[in-house]
Amino acid sequence: MNETSKRSPLVWVLYGAILVAGALAPMAFPAYTNQMAVLWLMIVFALTWDILGGQMGYNSLGNIFFFGAGMYVSAVIQIGLYHNVSEYTDAAGSGVYTFTETQYFTGIFLGMIGAAIFATISAFILGMVLFGLRGPYFAIGTLGVAIAAGELTGAWDWVGGGSGISMPTFPGHPDTGKYFFYTLMFALAVSVFVFLKWLYSTRFGHAINAIRDDEEKAEGMGIHTNRYKRLAWSFSAFFLGISGAIFGNMTGFIEPLEVAFPTITFGIFMVVMVLLGGKGTLWGPILGAIIFHAIKEVTWTYMLGWQWVALGFLIVVIVVYFQQGIMGWIMDKKPEWFGLTIAQLEAQGAAGDGPVSSDPAEGRVGT
Amino acid sequence: MSQIIGNINILIEAPVFNLSLLLDGLMIGAVFALSAYGLALVWGVMNVKNLAQGDFVIMGGYTAWVLAQNGIHPLFGVPVAFVLLWGIGWVIYVTVIRRVIDQDLFTSLLATFGLAIMFQQILNLFFGSDTQTADAGFPSIFLFDGQVSVPQVKLIAFVLAALLATAVILFMKRSRMGQAIRATAQDPRAARVLGINTDKVYAFTFSLNAAICGAAGALVAMIWVIQPFYGITYSIRAFVVVTAAGFGNLPGVIAAGLGMGVIEQFGGFILGATFQQALVVGLLLLVLIIRQIQQARVRQVVQ
Amino acid sequence: MNAPDARTQEAPAVRAEPPTAAGRQADSEPIITVRGVTKTFGGVVANHNISLDVARGQITGLIGPNGSGKTTLFNSIVGYHPIDAGSITFEGREISRMRVQQIARLGLLRTFQQTRIYGKMNCVDNMLISIPHRKATVLDMFARHSREQLERAERLLHFVGLYEKRFLRAGDLSFGQQKLLEFAMALMNEPTVLLLDEPTAGINPTLINGLIDRLKRANTELGITLLIIEHNMRVIMNMADTIYCLAHGELLASGTPEEIQNDQRVIDAYLGAH
Repeated sequence: MNETSKRSPLVWVLYGAILVAGALAPMAFPAYTNQMAVLWLMIVFALTWDILGGQMGYNSLGNIFFFGAGMYVSAVIQIGLYHNVSEYTDAAGSGVYTFTETQYFTGIFLGMIGAAIFATISAFILGMVLFGLRGPYFAIGTLGVAIAAGELTGAWDWVGGGSGISMPTFPGHPDTGKYFFYTLMFALAVSVFVFLKWLYSTRFGHAINAIRDDEEKAEGMGIHTNRYKRLAWSFSAFFLGISGAIFGNMTGFIEPLEVAFPTITFGIFMVVMVLLGGKGTLWGPILGAIIFHAIKEVTWTYMLGWQWVALGFLIVVIVVYFQQGIMGWIMDKKPEWFGLTIAQLEAQGAAGDGPVSSDPAEGRVGT
Repeated sequence: MSQIIGNINILIEAPVFNLSLLLDGLMIGAVFALSAYGLALVWGVMNVKNLAQGDFVIMGGYTAWVLAQNGIHPLFGVPVAFVLLWGIGWVIYVTVIRRVIDQDLFTSLLATFGLAIMFQQILNLFFGSDTQTADAGFPSIFLFDGQVSVPQVKLIAFVLAALLATAVILFMKRSRMGQAIRATAQDPRAARVLGINTDKVYAFTFSLNAAICGAAGALVAMIWVIQPFYGITYSIRAFVVVTAAGFGNLPGVIAAGLGMGVIEQFGGFILGATFQQALVVGLLLLVLIIRQIQQARVRQVVQ
Repeated sequence: MNAPDARTQEAPAVRAEPPTAAGRQADSEPIITVRGVTKTFGGVVANHNISLDVARGQITGLIGPNGSGKTTLFNSIVGYHPIDAGSITFEGREISRMRVQQIARLGLLRTFQQTRIYGKMNCVDNMLISIPHRKATVLDMFARHSREQLERAERLLHFVGLYEKRFLRAGDLSFGQQKLLEFAMALMNEPTVLLLDEPTAGINPTLINGLIDRLKRANTELGITLLIIEHNMRVIMNMADTIYCLAHGELLASGTPEEIQNDQRVIDAYLGAH
């Protein structure tokens, strides 16, 4: 606790710099606005995945479900407010349907709220069903949910089935639109970070860490494990739902398998980015997301169709050879950079002086 | 909805049609049982949850298909796929599985998921994303005045699957290696102390699993369709079967595999082909929920 | 989620009785009653028709040769598995069908024979996460730990002699130290009854006296009723007010330490087991 107050000024300068850089980036590099918006999305993915995967020890392969669900809920709200959804999807966006500026922005605003609410509630309900499962069963069960969602949405004609929905177009210059969505993504990522930084400092953070370290013990100590688990997943889903709503509008066209519920792209990216950066830390997922996204953007087009093979290969390599992630690796190499470890070393020095019990006098009283 | 009711009506009005679906289901279920048995083997012996299981099946399928394209009868694909996948399984064991075997379970799950993505993309690059069938060219047998047709190739596939399963079971019971595998499954440390080379046992088990899946895949290519991205569905099917039966329960795995085939045939007929994948996943969730309720009754969780 | 909440809200009322006043009132109603409990694993009968009482405010010992079903009985009481027959009550409430968390929130806590702590957290965090959850509201989940809680945690770490190691990762402690930490965590949880599974096993013999003293103090000063499984006869005879002896899954004898020490059946059971 002392550490944070000690380095406060420096940290605030750093945060300020990131905020300013984030806000100004699209003006400095207007050609890359979309890529940078996706980078913030990746950071949201990584941070929200880490709530369960890193901090609570529940590895979900289906978090992408909340992203896609948010996307579709938002689309339905945005369209349904002013038009008949079924007719709209039948017409497959042939341009007959228009939205005024007010309608558009009201739609997006309400869509994001609806997406967040739906995702949160569905996480709570899914949690009731899936949190009785541990380890690999949980991973497979969540993967199943994501796959099922993609398949069922694809068969549901009311929301356009497999041919998807063309989202309302942004009223105004496309560049303004890009900046608008960039700002939304950026604000979302910052909110997630601030929220998690607070959350991990409360009893909640302690409790989900206890569940990760030994759930049976946590139950034995009377912790409301189910309550914590469902809430943790709901938080994750809340932000993922909003991110889905934003991303759907950003790309302009949504469809079940490749955009909304892409289990083997975004769905697995979440996991890989967190593992790459370091599970169970706050900065690890962010670092992982930045590095992963940068590598992907730079190399993708030169791979001539082999990029997906390379992705699979990358997953295997990270999982097999680099499990501790970048943060874990740094902690190994430079323990003195982390306040806790310094305290550990001091404590070890102190502990070296005597046997287990520090107060032998107390031990003698009993006899 | 009306279509679903219509389909159910067909089943009620034409009872022999049920028989046809049932036979189809059993014959396809035999293949599911094979790949599930392989999964149960690696799960039980090495505690590795292999999500690339289905991709082994699909690779075996493409082996048979490639042979058929080159004028060789796809039935030869069964032994060829067995040998080829044995080799692939061994390479994967040495490069990947050996290193994740003593880590936590999610590691093996994720590593094999990465492998699955890799395999399906490689297959996609080589063979394209069209669905393929290796035509074996056998006629069909007709029963009940032609109302029920049983393609000979399915019968042959069923018999081959049964033979393969029997061979593997006998091997596990009788052979020295089979005993070593079973000993390692019970207690790897004790096995090591008694002089069993567990690394070799693991390598053998994983290769055997890949080979069984490969042979099953060759059968799939003949009786059904294959496509690079169908692998994950087979993996999930294998998980459903093993989770429903429990991995120590061989007759259970076989029964659940056959049952899975039957349920899928009837479900696919009633709901329509669009729901094929959703049906498989739905079964997974159903099995997981049932297991949870069972475990909750003894104050436990599914782990 | 509703059902456990309803129960937990009643719990503070029970605890409102001054715990210290209850000490040594052997004649008051037993806090735990076990009646005719039977538990089998497959064909093996681990517990057969066992009945015993744990008196409020006392230290009750549970002894018996290896494999006599002591830990099974423990697990039955705290809810790790269902029992085949019989009834278990805690403060008059039937608990044999409740889940582990619900029972723990009632104030009936256990420690493990194979110690379980949260290995990746430091000792203070281990203590802080063990604060009683029976009173926790949803808002409390998002509160930070108060200064009093931190001080309490440090006081209890001092009590078990781990104060100097409070910032060490719990997983880096020795086995004996982890055991002490687990004991401190249990005290942090303010239980009414604490079930200890072989508290002295794996502890350096020179420290056992200190541990006995602390257990006794937990009983007298904090008013915690103790039920202890123990193999070390010197320890249990020194501490317990009442002792129950199990053998082959059945209750063999019960009584004061003196009665047990002189009971021919108990002596035979132990000699026979060797």
